Amino acid sequence: MFGYIIRRILFALPIAIGVSIVCFSLVYLAPGDPLQTVLPPDATAETIAIVKHEYGFDRPVPVQYAIWLWHVVQGDFGRSIASRRPVTLEVFGSLANTAMLALFAVPVAFATGFAMGAIAGCYPGRILDRIVTGAAVIGVSLPNYWLGLVLVIVFAVEYMVLPASGMGKSGSAAFSLWRWSDAQFLVLPVVTLTMIPIGIIARTTRAAVAEVRSQEFVTTLRAMGLGEGAVIRHVLKNASPQVLAVMGLQFGYLMGGSILVETVFTWPGSGFLLNKAIINRDIPVLQGTILALSLVFVATNLVVDLLQATLDPRIRRA
Amino acid sequence: MDGGIASLPLLHVDGLSVDFVTREATVHAVSDATFNLKPGEVLCLLGESGSGKSVTLRALMRLLPEKRARIAGKVTLGGRDVLALQGNALRSFRGGTVAMIFQEPMTALDPVYTIGQHLMEAIRRHKGGSRAEARKRAIELLDLVKIPSPERRIDAYPHELSGGLRQRAMIALALSCGPQLLLADEPTTALDATVQIQVLVLLRRLQKELGMSTIFVTHDLGVAAEIADRVAVMYAGRIIEEGPVDDVLRAPLHPYTAGLLASTVHDQSPDQDIAAIPGSPPDLRRLPPGCSFAPRCAKALPACNDGFPHPTYPVADRMVRCWRALPL
Repeated sequence: MFGYIIRRILFALPIAIGVSIVCFSLVYLAPGDPLQTVLPPDATAETIAIVKHEYGFDRPVPVQYAIWLWHVVQGDFGRSIASRRPVTLEVFGSLANTAMLALFAVPVAFATGFAMGAIAGCYPGRILDRIVTGAAVIGVSLPNYWLGLVLVIVFAVEYMVLPASGMGKSGSAAFSLWRWSDAQFLVLPVVTLTMIPIGIIARTTRAAVAEVRSQEFVTTLRAMGLGEGAVIRHVLKNASPQVLAVMGLQFGYLMGGSILVETVFTWPGSGFLLNKAIINRDIPVLQGTILALSLVFVATNLVVDLLQATLDPRIRRA
Repeated sequence: MDGGIASLPLLHVDGLSVDFVTREATVHAVSDATFNLKPGEVLCLLGESGSGKSVTLRALMRLLPEKRARIAGKVTLGGRDVLALQGNALRSFRGGTVAMIFQEPMTALDPVYTIGQHLMEAIRRHKGGSRAEARKRAIELLDLVKIPSPERRIDAYPHELSGGLRQRAMIALALSCGPQLLLADEPTTALDATVQIQVLVLLRRLQKELGMSTIFVTHDLGVAAEIADRVAVMYAGRIIEEGPVDDVLRAPLHPYTAGLLASTVHDQSPDQDIAAIPGSPPDLRRLPPGCSFAPRCAKALPACNDGFPHPTYPVADRMVRCWRALPL
């Protein structure tokens, strides 16, 4: 097991480096000259040369990458072109806001989705299964920005029980989960965000549970005289590595923040920041956000791999 | 049939039928099976794939899906009506009174639980006791089925053992709660030839030592000759012949049994053809009106298509269902 952990971590490193190369290349992949946004349209050739030198654009690309990476490793992503604030502050501030949504959306979505899928998988073809499967399909297919708008219309406009958008008057910095006047702003975005993961996890769990239940060893467990509860415990443990893989992805998506949902609710999270950075052509912010989110994905996958290995001994040998 | 109180049957199966009902058709997997099993006796269910051997075993243990499998007839084990068992009584019966060994030990054990966890769960389910006691008993069981270094192997996962050791672990699991009746569903078929013999010898020794009644399903006549006291030959869901193993294999009464014996590779000279039974078994959804073997039978009479023959007992202690065996 120890060897497996080391191997997995070593595998994660090249992926992280690859991701950083892609993020760096954004400067060159994005259409247009990155300098255009900084320079006035009537800049002289001399000014352009000076600014180019200033930003290091006159050096060979691999050298630029090495310098950029060296700064990134030290936590320096440069400054935002739009706000002139350090990118690190912008990225971590917005990531923290999105994490606050995820903090509630993840347990709600994972527990609900898993429970729904497990119930459906235990009674395939029965009414309960059809209800759950139908609900899961609806959850996956509803466009969540639309659902967000409907929720706003119902709960904020019609009944006025919940706020429509934003983080409240204390804003991002003074936001407290323990004050209802702040925390109520979380409710609608969290509900909106959970729908897709609930649907996806329910369907994955249902398929995994139904598949495991048809395996021969389940008959052995019954032949051992085990009750239905004990049998289901075995089945769920067997199904869980598959479900975990999907949960890992969904966790990554939730941490990445939904551009659409955060825009609907003007929630200043990473999706919102990404949207703003794209509109402003704010390359340093884009690089920083995408790199940070990619690293969240890499780390999540690592954790999922390790969890899967503790649940299924056959994975440890791979 | 059974004389004396000492030989009172442990298991009494009377007119057992299993139909699988689907929307399209009804599959008559087992029809009207009747047999008895005395304490300590070994009965071999012989027959080709799809003849209803495994379904019979699963019906005896109530392992068939209740929704789709319609079971009729009467099964009595030690005076208890097996088909009427419900809830906790049924669960105690499974594993406690009757245990089953499956054909494929790789898929029949839970891949994410160790051998020891399987054994301990079964032991604690039926006998209670602490984890430490159950573990001690589990090691004893692994030792009983001759698994080398059981203290180490108890923590192995199924995929970490060879096929032979896995099947031994499966046997240990079946024996863990001292069943009165052991059901073995082709327990050696999935194993290598050399391992097959070892497992067979082990099973025979354990059966003798523990005095368990055993029903052994196989399609291998050699295995039957090796282990059985009695054999019951199944064809298309019916027991068509039953009797002491030596008599049935030496002088079969039913043409199908004779055909099976003739089609076995056994002492022939290499250039001699093996006599195969022509044709194939009938569709279990549409059984012929008469004897289901009649379409393939070289000795069929016109009467064979009229109805399925009733059991007859031409010799003491032997049963056959064939029109030719009836006095005409």
